[in-house]
Amino acid sequence: MSDTRRITLRVNGKPHTADVETRVHLADFLRGSLGLTGTHLGCEHGVCGACTIIVDGRAVRSCLMLAVQADGAEIETVESLGAADALSPLQKAFSTHHALQCGFCTPGMLMSLEAFLRANPQPSEADIREAISGNICRCTGYQGIVEAALAAIAAREPTQ
Amino acid sequence: MSARYFGAAVPRLEDPRLLAGQGRYVDDISLPGMLNAAFMRAQVAHGRIRGIDARQARNMPGVAAIYTMADFAAIAQGPMPPMAPHPLLKTPITYHPLAVDEVCHVGEAIAIVLADTRQQAEDAANAIDLDVEDLPSIADPLAALADDPPKVHSGRNSNLIGALRGGFGNVEAVFAKADHFLAETFSIHRGGCHSMECRGVIAAPDTLSDGLTIYTSSQSPYMVRRHLAQYLKRDESTLRVIAPDVGGGFGPKANVYPEEFAVALAALTTERPVKWIEDRSEHFVATTQQRDQVWNVEVAFTGEGRMQAVRGRCIHDNGAYAPYGLILPATALASFPGPYALEALDVSIDVVLTNLVPTSPVRGAARPCTAFVLERLADRIARHLDLPREEVRRRSLVATEQMPYTTGMKARDGSPISYDSGDYIKALDLALKKIDAAGFAARKTEAAARGTLLGLGMASCVEDTGLAPFEGATVRVTPAGKVTIATGAASQGQGHRTVLAQIAADALGVDIADISVEAADTGKFPLGISTIASRIAVTAGSSVELAAQKVRNKALKAASFMLEAAEADLEIDNGIVRVVGVPSMQVSLGDIARALSGSAGLLLPGHIEPDLAATAYFESNALTFAYGANACEVEIDPATGDARVTRYVVVHDCGRLINPLVVDGQIRGGVVHGIGNALYERMVYDEAGQPLSTNYGEYLLPLATEMPDIEIHHIETPSPRNPIGVKGAGEGGTIPAAACVISAIEDALGTGAPFIAEHPVSPERITQWLDAMTSADDLKGRGQ
Amino acid sequence: MSESPVKPAPFTYHDPRSRAELHDLLACLENTKLLAGGQSLMPMLNMRIVAPDHLIDLNRMPGMAGIAVAENHIRIGAMTRQADLHDSAEIGNHLPIMVKALDHVGHFQTRSRGTIGGSCCHLDPAAELPALCALYDAEFDISGPNGARKVTARDWFQDYLQSALAENEVLDSIRLPLWPAGTTYGFSEYARRSGDFAIAGAGVLVAWQNADIIKRLAVVVFGVASQPIRLRAIERDLVGTRLDAEAIRAAADAAKRIEAMSDPYVSSDYRRRLAAVTVERALRAAVQRAEQLA
Repeated sequence: MSDTRRITLRVNGKPHTADVETRVHLADFLRGSLGLTGTHLGCEHGVCGACTIIVDGRAVRSCLMLAVQADGAEIETVESLGAADALSPLQKAFSTHHALQCGFCTPGMLMSLEAFLRANPQPSEADIREAISGNICRCTGYQGIVEAALAAIAAREPTQ
Repeated sequence: MSARYFGAAVPRLEDPRLLAGQGRYVDDISLPGMLNAAFMRAQVAHGRIRGIDARQARNMPGVAAIYTMADFAAIAQGPMPPMAPHPLLKTPITYHPLAVDEVCHVGEAIAIVLADTRQQAEDAANAIDLDVEDLPSIADPLAALADDPPKVHSGRNSNLIGALRGGFGNVEAVFAKADHFLAETFSIHRGGCHSMECRGVIAAPDTLSDGLTIYTSSQSPYMVRRHLAQYLKRDESTLRVIAPDVGGGFGPKANVYPEEFAVALAALTTERPVKWIEDRSEHFVATTQQRDQVWNVEVAFTGEGRMQAVRGRCIHDNGAYAPYGLILPATALASFPGPYALEALDVSIDVVLTNLVPTSPVRGAARPCTAFVLERLADRIARHLDLPREEVRRRSLVATEQMPYTTGMKARDGSPISYDSGDYIKALDLALKKIDAAGFAARKTEAAARGTLLGLGMASCVEDTGLAPFEGATVRVTPAGKVTIATGAASQGQGHRTVLAQIAADALGVDIADISVEAADTGKFPLGISTIASRIAVTAGSSVELAAQKVRNKALKAASFMLEAAEADLEIDNGIVRVVGVPSMQVSLGDIARALSGSAGLLLPGHIEPDLAATAYFESNALTFAYGANACEVEIDPATGDARVTRYVVVHDCGRLINPLVVDGQIRGGVVHGIGNALYERMVYDEAGQPLSTNYGEYLLPLATEMPDIEIHHIETPSPRNPIGVKGAGEGGTIPAAACVISAIEDALGTGAPFIAEHPVSPERITQWLDAMTSADDLKGRGQ
Repeated sequence: MSESPVKPAPFTYHDPRSRAELHDLLACLENTKLLAGGQSLMPMLNMRIVAPDHLIDLNRMPGMAGIAVAENHIRIGAMTRQADLHDSAEIGNHLPIMVKALDHVGHFQTRSRGTIGGSCCHLDPAAELPALCALYDAEFDISGPNGARKVTARDWFQDYLQSALAENEVLDSIRLPLWPAGTTYGFSEYARRSGDFAIAGAGVLVAWQNADIIKRLAVVVFGVASQPIRLRAIERDLVGTRLDAEAIRAAADAAKRIEAMSDPYVSSDYRRRLAAVTVERALRAAVQRAEQLA
C-alpha cells in the first residue's frame, strides 16, 4: 500500500483536491495529475531550473518539493502567464528577441523572471543575468533572454 | 514574387505554443493503457552477465513485466543494424537492444521494467538481482593501445577499430625543404550534448492494423523507422515514427538507440503503449557524447610564417560501441585543411574502443577539434617567428582569388571537396576591426592596473554544410486558401517551421500566417534523412522553394485558363492571382485549389493535373561551405586563475540569411557551447571506467552570469550550390570558439606563457602556468 | 542499485504540527530523515542516495522559524528561510555578513525554500551559513524525546556531512552572539559560476580598539576542509596589532596551512591557494569598511 495524502491547493487560480502518493514531487503532480505539462523536468536534482514555478509568491524548483507539501498553497505555472493567442508582455518579448529555441527551458525561465521582476522592477542587465543563473539553457546562449527581459521592463508603464 | 519574408527577422511560428507551456514533448504525451519503463543498467564498465533474478521484482506493486533480450526472441534477435557502415567495421560494433552476455560500459541497459508508474518501475529495477562477473576494463584511449591491454570487448582481439587516413601532396618533400617545422601534442576533450530535454520514447502498438507508432525525441525519425523495420523484419509502412517537440538535440539524438528498440519490443510483447523517459543521470551514462582526441602533429612553415604542411596522428576515443559508425573521426579527418591553403597533408586517426559510453558527433562533430589543432598551430607558428598571429593567418589562409578551391580532401561519398566561395582574410580582418584589436594594448594596460590579465584571441573556420543526400517537402494549397508544408525535416529548436514558411510565403505570394508546417512524421511525409551537419536550410529549404515554385507555376497556369488571360499578365499578391492592372480579374489560390480538386462531371481547367500541390526533393550533391572568423577577449584573475570571456565577436558567412534572428540565435548558442568546451565541460571517469561526473553540480554547463554578449557581423555570399543561396548555420558558432578562447588565455598570460594545447582549461590549471612562469622569471632574475 | 533513479523510494510521510508530536515521532520511528527546505535532501531522495522509511516534514511545525534580536545575541529559528534572512532588516542591521554570504547561497529559487537549519545540519563543507555559525561561535539549540540541549559551534561540526545531531533529535534554533558596534566584516568566496558551491571562501569579523588596532578577530575558512576552519592561532596573534599588509599576509599564510580536501576536479593545493586568497580579500574588505566608518 503506498502512502497517500489528500491535498487541496490552488493552481493558476483554480482549486484542486487530489489524493497524492507522498513521494511524488510537485512537478510530477502538476504534469501528471493536473495535466499541466508546461512545467518541465530537466535534471530532477535541482540545478537546471526547467521545473521552476511560483509557490505562494516565490520562485521554487518544483522537483525539490513534494506534492504533499503544496497542500494549501497558491501555485502559478507557466500556463498562467498567457495563452498562445494572448501572450503576456514578457512572453511577447521572448518571441521578439528570439529568447527561445527548443522551448524546453523556457517555462522555467519565464517563471523565474516573472517572480524576479515582481520583486525587482528596475534591475540592471547584471541583475537579470544573476536572476536567470539558476536556469540552464543549451540553445540560446542567454543573450536573447536577457534582451527580452530588458525590453519587457522598458515597455512597462513608468508608474508601475 | 515578393521578397517580403526571406531575409526578415520574422518572429517564429513555433513560439506562441512553447511560450504558453503548450509544447508537446515526448513526456507530455500520455496514451490510454500506457506502461512506464525504467531500465536496469550496468554498474560496471565491463562485465559478463551470469544471471538475472527478477522474481522478487516482478511481484512488486504496479509491475506489469520485466524483460531481458531473451524475452524478445520470438520477435527479433541479434545486435542492432549499423547506422553508418564502414569498410573498417567488418563486424559492426552495435548494441543489442538489451545486453545479452556482456556489458561494455557503465550504463549499458540490461533489462527493462514496465510498471504503472515510473516510481514503481524504479522500485522494481532496484530489486532485481544481477550477477555480473567483473572483467578488466579500459578507461583511457591511450591505455587501449598499450601492449597486451585488457580487451574492451572480450570477443574482439584488438581495441583498435582501425586507422583512418587522409591527405594530399608530398608531405615528406615539403617537410624536407621547409624553413621550419615544429611538433606539438594536443589534448582535446569535449563533453556531452546536454540538451535540456533528455531522450524519450513512446511505442504504441496498433492492435487493429498490426502497426506500431513511435514518438521519439530524435533528430532522425526516418532512420529510426528504417533501422527498426529492418530489425523487426517488417515493412517500413507498418511503422510510424514521429519526432514531436524536441527539446534540443545537438547531435547525439541523431543516433538510433537501444532504448528505442527495447521500448518497441516491449510494446509489441505487452501489446500496450510503453513510455520511457531518460533521466539526467542516465543521460550521463547512456547518451553518446564526444570525449577525447590526442593529436601528435608536426607543422612545416616558411620563414615568413606561411603554413605549408601538417602531418600527424590522432588517437580517438570511440567508446564501447560504434553505433554511429566512424562518422565522428571521419569528420575530423575530412575537416582538414580547414581554411588553410596547405601544400601537403598526411593525417591519420586511430579509432579506439574504450569501456565508456560511445562517442558520436556533438555540435560541430569533431570539426571543433580539427579547428583547434589548426588554429593553435597558426598561433604556434606566430610564437616561433615572433609574428602577429593574424599575420600568419593572412599568409596561410586560402585567398579569395583561389575560389573555388579544391582542398585535396575527399567527402564521405568519395567526391573531391572544394570550397565554393568565401573571403577568409576579409572575415578575419573584419573580426579584428570589430573587436578593436588596434585598441587592445590600451585595454590590456588598463586591466593590468586593475590587477587582471587581459588577452585577445582569434580563430577562423570553414564549415561544410548541406550534407547529402536530400530532404523533401510537399507544398499544398487547400481550398480554404491555406498553405500546408509537409516535410521530413526534424527540428530541435532551429526554427525550421518558420524558415520554411518564409520561403514558401515568398514563392507563393501569401501571408505567412496562412502557412502551417507538418514535420518529422513518417506518416505524413514519405522520406527524410536526419537533422545533422547543418544541412536542413540547404536541403529542406531548397525543397520548399522548388515545390512552392512548382505550385506557383501551376496556379498561374490554372488561373490563366480560369481568367482567360496570359500567364505573363498575372501576379500573385496576398493569396490572390490577378491580372496586372485589372484588379477585378482575379481568382484566389483557394479557388484554384478547389477547382483542381475536381467536381463530378467537370474537366479541370486546361487539363492541368489535379491537386494544387507539388513535392520536391532537393538533393545536395555538393557541400557548400560556410566560414567565419572569431575574436574574443578573456580576462584572468591571476590570484584565482578565473578566466572570463568578456567580449566575443563573430564574423560569419552562411550565404543568404533566411531569418537573421534564427541565424544569430544558432551562432550565439554555438559560441556559448564552445566556451563551455574551452572552460567548463569535463566528463570525468575513474580508472575503472566509472563515470564520476553524473550531475550538474559536477559537470558544469555555461550559465548566464559568465557568458558574454556575442556581437555578430554577417557576410552574405550566396551559395552557388542550391536554389536559395543558403549555407548551414547551426554549428559555425561552435567550431572555432574553443580555439578562440584558448588563444586569448595564452595571450593573457603574456610573455613566457606556455603554449596551451589542451582544453578544457580550469582556473587551477591557469594558476599552475602562472606559478611556472613566476618561477622561470625568478630563475632568470637570478641569472640562472 | 542497478540504474539511475530520479524518483524517491517509497516512505511514510509525517508532518507533525506540535513539538510533542515531533518528539513522539523521533522517539518511535527508525530510519527517518527530517525534511526542512529540501534543497539538499530532495536531490538525494530523488536519486535514491538516501532511502528513509520515514520522512518527517518540519515545514508545518509552528514556532520553528523567526528572527529574535536580544541585547547581545540573535536567535534564528532553524526553519527560517534563506530568502527571509536575506531580506530581513534585523539581519541586515546586526549580521550584515550573513546578507553578503546569502548572495552566494545557491540561487534565489533555492533560497525560497532552503533554511538555515537545514544547511547547518546537512553541513556541506562549502556551505556559507554553517561557516558563519562557526565564525560567530554560535550555539545550537537541540531538542528530542530525551530532552533539550545546547551544542557549541566547536562541537557541532563532527565530520564530513556529520553534525552533532543524534538520530532522534531536531535542531530548534541557532543563537549567534553579537559583536560590539563598530565591528566590521569581510566575506569572500570563489566559485566557478554564480551559485556554485564555493571552492573556497572566508568570512572575517574585526572588532577595533581604536582607529586600526585589532581588538578581536575571527576568521573562518570554508570549502577547503570537510568542516569550516577557524584560524584561531592567527586570531590570537593579531590581537593588539594593526591589520596591515603584513598581518593580512600572515593570516593568508595561516590559511594556506589548512589540510585541504582533494577531488577529481580541484586539488588540495588549489584549495589552499584559494583559502589564502579569500582570507586576504575578506580581511581587506573588513579594513575598507573600517576606513569608511572612520
